[in-house]
Amino acid sequence: MKVKFFAQIREITGTESLEMVVPADATIEGVRQALMAKGSTWHEALSANVLCACNQTLCDGTRAVSDQDEVAFFPPVTGG
Amino acid sequence: MFARVSEADFSQQALYDELCAHSLASQSGAVVTFTGRVRDYNAEGAIDGIELEYYPGMTESALQQLLEQATARFELTNAGIVHRVGRLPNQAQIVWVGTCAAHRQDAFNGASYIMDMLKQSVPIWKKEWAGDTANWVAAKGTDSEAAMRWLTEDKDD
Repeated sequence: MKVKFFAQIREITGTESLEMVVPADATIEGVRQALMAKGSTWHEALSANVLCACNQTLCDGTRAVSDQDEVAFFPPVTGG
Repeated sequence: MFARVSEADFSQQALYDELCAHSLASQSGAVVTFTGRVRDYNAEGAIDGIELEYYPGMTESALQQLLEQATARFELTNAGIVHRVGRLPNQAQIVWVGTCAAHRQDAFNGASYIMDMLKQSVPIWKKEWAGDTANWVAAKGTDSEAAMRWLTEDKDD
């Protein structure tokens, strides 16, 4: 699956996007946990208040995801 | 209805004309427009402009969805929104919202709803520059409360 990162999360991890393979029963929360296990900067970036989207729609961590999905993690929004 | 993300500046007159050119808008007795601009200060002191990041694709569709929700809820006859991204100096225009309705209260409420919900649900992030230092703006509790006001009214309906 494609995973995208924005704002502080993009800056802290130094990563705009990455590709990863997920198990058949994967959820967004599982993806977040797997990314946090990559190291201390990933843990720092994704342990705070993080919103997530699947296929460009906001969702919560229980959402089931597959390798065909585009997932994104980002901080609370501050536009306007 | 139009929802756009743009690096370029916009003309309020051109957007107003576009909004009112819509056929249903000709039945509108009320048009409300709002323009958000860059302040030259924050809680810590003076700033030197802002920078806005967005999620290409999702941001545009979230803005479009917001217009559709506002149109249904307040019986708007047309609605438009333009949000700028990239680096913007102090006083620059950031966002424009326009709503048309038969009567003014729906037009005011529609514009207010769009701005409140935008600050809560549309993927755009703001960074403030002061000299060579940039800091991400933290989400404000007052913005959540403003959005919650509309969501609470939903429940009461």
